[in-house]
Amino acid sequence: MSAPTEKLTKKQLKADHPTWCPGCGDFAVLASFFNVVQKLGIPHEKIVCVAGIGCSSRFPYFVNTHGIHFIHGRALPLATGISLSRPDLHVFVFGGDGDGYSIGGNHLNHAARKNVNLSYVVMDNQVYGLTKNQTSPTTPIGRRSKTDPRGAIDVPINPMSQLVASGATFIARTHAVQVKHMNEMFERAILHPGFAVVETLSECTMFYPGAFDDGIPRKGGKFDLVDESARDMTSTSEAMALAEETEHAPPGKFGVYLESHRPTKNELENQWLIDAQAKTADLAQKDLLRKRFAAMR
Amino acid sequence: MSTSTVSSSSDTRKNAVIRLAGYSQDGIQSVGAFLAQLAGSTAQEVMTYMTIPSTISGGPSIFQVHLGSGKVLHPGDEADTLVAFYQDSYDNHLASLRDGGICFYDSDKVEEIKEERGIIHIGVPITTATIEAIGGSAKDRGKNIFVLGMLCAVYQLDRDTISAIIAKKFGGKSEDILRNAMLAFDAGYMWPVHDINHMPMAPGENAGENRISTDGNTMLALGLIAGGCRYGAGYPITPWTTIMEQLRSELPQYGGMFIQCEDELAAVSLAIGAAYSGHLAITGSSGPGLALKAEAMGYASMAELPLIVVNIQRGGPSTGMPTSVEQSDLMQAIYGSHGDAPRVVLAPRNVEDCFYTAFEACRIAREYSTPVVILSDQAIATRIEAFSEPDLDKYWVEPELDIEERGADFKPYPIDQITRHSPPGSRSAEGKYPVVTGLEHDEWGHPSGNPENHAAMTAKRRNKLVKLAESLPEPDFYGDKAGDILFVGWGSTYGPIHEATDMLREAGHKVGSLHIRHIHPLRTDLGNIFKNYTHVVVPEMNDSGVYGMGQLAALLRAVTCDSRIRSINKTMGITFRVSELIDEAHQLLAE
Repeated sequence: MSAPTEKLTKKQLKADHPTWCPGCGDFAVLASFFNVVQKLGIPHEKIVCVAGIGCSSRFPYFVNTHGIHFIHGRALPLATGISLSRPDLHVFVFGGDGDGYSIGGNHLNHAARKNVNLSYVVMDNQVYGLTKNQTSPTTPIGRRSKTDPRGAIDVPINPMSQLVASGATFIARTHAVQVKHMNEMFERAILHPGFAVVETLSECTMFYPGAFDDGIPRKGGKFDLVDESARDMTSTSEAMALAEETEHAPPGKFGVYLESHRPTKNELENQWLIDAQAKTADLAQKDLLRKRFAAMR
Repeated sequence: MSTSTVSSSSDTRKNAVIRLAGYSQDGIQSVGAFLAQLAGSTAQEVMTYMTIPSTISGGPSIFQVHLGSGKVLHPGDEADTLVAFYQDSYDNHLASLRDGGICFYDSDKVEEIKEERGIIHIGVPITTATIEAIGGSAKDRGKNIFVLGMLCAVYQLDRDTISAIIAKKFGGKSEDILRNAMLAFDAGYMWPVHDINHMPMAPGENAGENRISTDGNTMLALGLIAGGCRYGAGYPITPWTTIMEQLRSELPQYGGMFIQCEDELAAVSLAIGAAYSGHLAITGSSGPGLALKAEAMGYASMAELPLIVVNIQRGGPSTGMPTSVEQSDLMQAIYGSHGDAPRVVLAPRNVEDCFYTAFEACRIAREYSTPVVILSDQAIATRIEAFSEPDLDKYWVEPELDIEERGADFKPYPIDQITRHSPPGSRSAEGKYPVVTGLEHDEWGHPSGNPENHAAMTAKRRNKLVKLAESLPEPDFYGDKAGDILFVGWGSTYGPIHEATDMLREAGHKVGSLHIRHIHPLRTDLGNIFKNYTHVVVPEMNDSGVYGMGQLAALLRAVTCDSRIRSINKTMGITFRVSELIDEAHQLLAE
């Protein structure tokens, strides 16, 4: 048994061997998560891994921390419940593009605008993998799948512009083959107070191989970084311009698109608790309820 | 106008049913609430009934108050007194008045009256009298308080107490508002009603300790607080919303919080997040919202998390009749999910019982680590009753967050025991941390597709409810232990059934009534009770369906194999009248 402040080893953090296919981008995400958690020295029992349904949402089984594997699309509201009711915990949400941008799409907007204090890693592979190759909300037009045998016809979601529009306070974009960059993005997301999301391009080698080759220099692509020194990191219009680049000048830029600060939902709700309890500090909780009854006489 | 049928002023009355009919913007709800509060504080019993239009603002509305010196079990089949504010209120509600009853009408607005059934008509220029009293205002606000004053005089209600109640209600606002209210009240009180003698109410016989008067949703919310519930989430839907509003406003004082979510799916998920975190959590809704929560409730069964889900039933399906009552969600409450997903369902029978049912739901959710549905309805949710406040020395649970270290032998899903989770933040002696999951899992929470394991785990989840069924108290029983008819009821049919039982017994019949709070699981010995009666009949406010029986009746037939069980169904969006039950009983007795 280790003291809470002792640095965690990779062995302590590893759980079941991942059930992902060989070569899946998600392996790198898992390794990166281990690295960052170790580096930041978060107490073992305070880490909570949350996921919905999908290949990447199997994440909690592969990490030896408290974890909860929930239903499809609802990882964010579940994590909101954990984060608000237990501010002592570090809440990490993992999922894919189907879970986060399709069935759970509405929750993304609201978790973002509420600025709930948690870190969210989306492993975007632009395809449904667990159900074996159907069109996903980020599948590019023209790409063939079992549900679009003639090629996808619906305009894909642009996760970056959607996140900017919904009011997220930390938005980053990385690529699972760029381990060093991914580590940095995860670390900054975890340290950000509020809703932090990292859109992580993570290749599905089984159903959509080569999807993100244009972001891999050794395969002829380019990995251009956001030049943070040249821009206002709190500007939503600048972030939106970067988001649009991912469509008009693919593969777009990688890095932090937006980093701004406003009170978290956790702080605002907690302030109400503090104020309400300060007013009634002289009364035990049971007597508070008695007083409530007395007002109904 | 006749004066002949009214009792003299020396007589006192034990019961009075007063119906106010007007528009929702006239404030007739607050008059009803004042009367109810007055009754509560003068040892009288009270039950109210109201209809509120589901339009955004305005529309016909009624508030009916049944005041009684002794017990009051239902809002009253027929009114003794009607106050009609408009011609259409008069036209639509005259039929609700008993033969020989009294009808006050606003003679400024009601032009045609129908002399019928010995009804005594008393025209009062409510609108102009109120304007004169308050002093020249063109608005006719305050008519409701004028009427309150008038009713106080007619029924010789306690003027000082009601003045104090008005002062408490309006005192926090501007002095003008309070002054105007008192002027309107006094004008109404002094209004010369020559055509009838006053009808003083008998002194109340319900001199219990600390009598309070309020509605069912309030008592449900407070029962959850007393039961140790501190976290929750919801989405607005009528008639559930007032629980959500109260928990949102009140939980912070108790160190908790209630979150308004983007939708029903998020609300139940957020509550499950708080439950996973080691708190007792609550979500709730009305019928359509419960349907949306069904998937996540199945998860809570599978993951074995304690969770309170409140459902305030309304007329359905779909948007249905949002401000009317129905008991048509019973099957949804028990079975509405996917897979074999056992959960507990409890139903309160009246406003007071909302507190105790909510309190018990909290205990069961914790003790059995299971979702518990509280199945209330629109009638209980919105009506006001008076009763003694709960004794918090007996009914109070201080919430505890257990994040003690778990030992090496910790297993989240032991096959032969009830699950006790290790919430995040609790250390593991062995260094192995659990994943709470909706995948079928083994005792350690690892996903497992093993056929024997799924059978064993399905049985584990079911056996919790079997154990609960064995521990349930004797069902609430009233009347004769054997005889002609047994009424079996649940939820807000309690009052009419209880009164019908009384009246049938007074007429010499052997009648009993059984009221079931524990809808699921049921006590397993109900069939033995049924055997003692010639007829077993279940009045419920839902449809008789394709097979000719209501939802509880169908369930009871399945459980007891007793084919004599019948139902009395009502699908009008209003509660049973006592007379309807008595008529049905007479038909059975004639068979």
